Amino acid sequence: MLASLLQNLINALQWGSFYALIALGYTMVYGVLTLINFAHGDVFMVGAYIAFFVASFLLAAVGLPGWAALVLAIPLTMLLTSLVGVSLERIAYRPLRRKGVDRLYVVITALMCGLILEHANLATFGASRKAFPTLLDEQVYTVAGVSVTNLKLAVIATALLVFLVLQRIVTKTRIGMAMRAIACDRFAVPLMGISVDTVIVATFALGSGLAGLAGLLFAMSYPILEPYMGALIGWKAFIAAVVGGIGDIRGAFLGGFLLGAVEIMVVAFFPSTFRDLIAFSVLMLILVWKPTGLFGVARTTKI
Amino acid sequence: MQRYSVPFLLAIAGALLVYGAKAEWLSLYVVSVLMFMGVNVILATSLNLVNGYMGEFSCGHAGFMCVGAYTASILGVLLFSGHKAFGEAWLGPELAVWGFPVLVIAGGIAAALTGLAVAVPSYRTRGDYLAIITLAANYIILSVIENLDIIGGSRGFMGMKKIVNGMEETLELPWMPLWVFVFTVLSVWLLRRYLSSTYGKGVMAICQNEVAAEIMSVNTDRIKTVTFMLSSGLAGVGGALFAFILGYVNPGSFNILKSTEVLVMVYLGGMGSLSGSVLAAILFTLLLEGFRFVIPWLNDLLHQLSLVPESYEVSQVWKWVLIPLLLIVIMQFRPEGIMGNRELGDLFPKLKRFYRFK
Amino acid sequence: MNAHPTAPDAPVLEISGLTIQFGGLRAVSGFAERLEGNELVGLIGPNGAGKTTVFNLVSGFYQPSGGTIRINGVDTKGLKPHKVTALGVARTFQNIRLWNEMTVLDNIRVARHGRLGYGFLHAVARSRTYRAREAEIEREAMELLAVFQLDRHAHDLPKNLSYGTQRKLEIARALAGKPKLLLLDEPAAGLNSADIQELIRLVRWIHASFDVTIWMIEHHMDVMMELCQRIKVIDFGETIADGTPDEIRNHPAVISAYLGDDQI
Repeated sequence: MLASLLQNLINALQWGSFYALIALGYTMVYGVLTLINFAHGDVFMVGAYIAFFVASFLLAAVGLPGWAALVLAIPLTMLLTSLVGVSLERIAYRPLRRKGVDRLYVVITALMCGLILEHANLATFGASRKAFPTLLDEQVYTVAGVSVTNLKLAVIATALLVFLVLQRIVTKTRIGMAMRAIACDRFAVPLMGISVDTVIVATFALGSGLAGLAGLLFAMSYPILEPYMGALIGWKAFIAAVVGGIGDIRGAFLGGFLLGAVEIMVVAFFPSTFRDLIAFSVLMLILVWKPTGLFGVARTTKI
Repeated sequence: MQRYSVPFLLAIAGALLVYGAKAEWLSLYVVSVLMFMGVNVILATSLNLVNGYMGEFSCGHAGFMCVGAYTASILGVLLFSGHKAFGEAWLGPELAVWGFPVLVIAGGIAAALTGLAVAVPSYRTRGDYLAIITLAANYIILSVIENLDIIGGSRGFMGMKKIVNGMEETLELPWMPLWVFVFTVLSVWLLRRYLSSTYGKGVMAICQNEVAAEIMSVNTDRIKTVTFMLSSGLAGVGGALFAFILGYVNPGSFNILKSTEVLVMVYLGGMGSLSGSVLAAILFTLLLEGFRFVIPWLNDLLHQLSLVPESYEVSQVWKWVLIPLLLIVIMQFRPEGIMGNRELGDLFPKLKRFYRFK
Repeated sequence: MNAHPTAPDAPVLEISGLTIQFGGLRAVSGFAERLEGNELVGLIGPNGAGKTTVFNLVSGFYQPSGGTIRINGVDTKGLKPHKVTALGVARTFQNIRLWNEMTVLDNIRVARHGRLGYGFLHAVARSRTYRAREAEIEREAMELLAVFQLDRHAHDLPKNLSYGTQRKLEIARALAGKPKLLLLDEPAAGLNSADIQELIRLVRWIHASFDVTIWMIEHHMDVMMELCQRIKVIDFGETIADGTPDEIRNHPAVISAYLGDDQI
């Protein structure tokens, strides 16, 4: 009983790590721009594909051993994926923002960008699924009936590391403080000598880079890629971010791990087709109970 | 003349449609495109009520459509055609002619009741948080249906063709185009009447300043409830028609992509403009169909110019790259959509002398 | 038409022991007031004294932590703002809150929302009741606009009107529901001196021609001294003085808390 509980807990932590890493991108962009970047789930998908091409290239064309390919693939994937995110910002969102249009139009544009990423991928690479190459030999450790793979541990450790680093970035670095400052007051930040656009680009780069990292880890854990893989997981990560309290980094992690835990527990006790149903219902109930999310602060209207 | 011009024109359009379909003067393909156009008009105008007029951001319209589609289909099959899981039909196909509008309205009512699930949270929250609730509602609805094996689960549900055939056997008329036309006109008309009454103007008051609306005696909770229910109910009507046009439904037809399509129509037409939504729904349907012909042509062209490798075929998938791209470009140049928040009569004031539509 | 019985000889507004806390802060504490029919009374105090909070409590936007508010004898505890409005309270806002994308006429019509006399089904069926009520609402709205000399703007959007005209429209809208008590929250804010003179005339005219009690918050002392029959002064949520304009002008507590700073 205890063993199976622990086993599920570890699975939940690993599964939640993906949600948390993706939710971060949503929450950071929302915090800075109050924009729901609906293309973010597809940026994650693109990240997984980039990881696939980078890893295949390093393994086959360069002939590196698996561990070396992994070490190189991590920064390369993150860099390339953040380029994708930043290009979306530059090409699609910024011109609209400059015009000062209602932000809902930017949201629609984001939705469209997501569709383009999905279907351009489908049209270029076809519907056949891609099998991700093995970079790390899987090792299973079994302690007291609980089995853990090195990959699972790596995923969880990465997510925790990202959390610590991000907390440091937003509280200690200049750019991180500017991100938080923008969330409070858009107009004061330029007065402090920081360009708003720099902060926005940094946010997109960081968020997309983390989505790329999530894509790489996801592809290593579940080595089958397809163009629609980002859509559902992206929507869910977004809801997780909202449940945690959107705009808050701790909220993204809490929401992500919570969603992971709910899904793993559902699968443990119910048929797996109930997973989405129960997960979404739980999240919706949390939102109805606490409309601004667990870490969110209610903003009162002043009259 | 001012008073009768719109009903007169609509009667002519309806008669032409019915006659054209019956005399096969309009091909089956054209008729089905026209029917989808009607469904899209219903969906776009009803979503505009919430997103445009009330200023909320609902992105789960397809969920309500799904409730309407399944309710009408299941009820229809129960009453008029019979199903392997439910046994013999209770009434028999010959009565379907009379029962069909009831089915559609039942679909609408079921969807309106589901709309309460979104209306109640909207008392306390709005904006992005409400958007998530609508999104989650969309997923929950689909997930429930996928888990109901008795109605086919994710494989889908069928049997509606028999009902439509039954209607045509009883009295030989193109019933589906006729009913789609009638319900489309009724829906837009209902919305127009609601929004032009002082009662319905409370919707816009909530959008423009909710605090002032509540303080100036608007019962905002009630108006939100009525508005969400009306919007989701009409989506259910659209869904019911959609199900009977196709003769087959499955949960996959009502996913977020469908909701996105409706959102696009609303924003393309202009938030807060019914005529904009009608126009956008028509254009969008034509655009979707147009790509069926444009893409093979594009394929030939690119191959002739040797711009793509011989083995690669430019498939219909590109439609979903090109349409969003087109919309992004439109947004850059005309972010307020085709009509902004104005109606036809505001754009061409002279037209107002010739028609009245309230 | 409203479900709340009103006692005929009760005061228009009776507040006692009114207290509200936001977190640890007591924004209003132990506030009391009694307004009779057709009075014109002022409420003043330094910034952050809790004046608007009192108005927000009376109009039902906030729920008090303690104390009671009675409007025409009816306790407003737990009522939502639109229900309070139905008891005969109307108000304006510091920062004008008009419906800017609706015509001036529609702004007045929607303010009648609480007493429409028809519902959704009547509206979409265009029933006889609906047509009769809409015709009446429109006629009354136009009449109201005419007495406020706003009828030539009936089909304009409020955002295209001058600031002073918007203020006037907001007051007209507040009167559309035929209130017994009108709360004016800094009606002179943002107006130039010519507009302020017109505002004084307007408020005096409303007080004379509508059967309404007016309670106003204002920072322009000359406006208050000229208009009000009685003025209450609050600071940090507590009442520090109450009396006629002359008494207030010479009250030592008021001078030290408030007017003193102004006169330097």
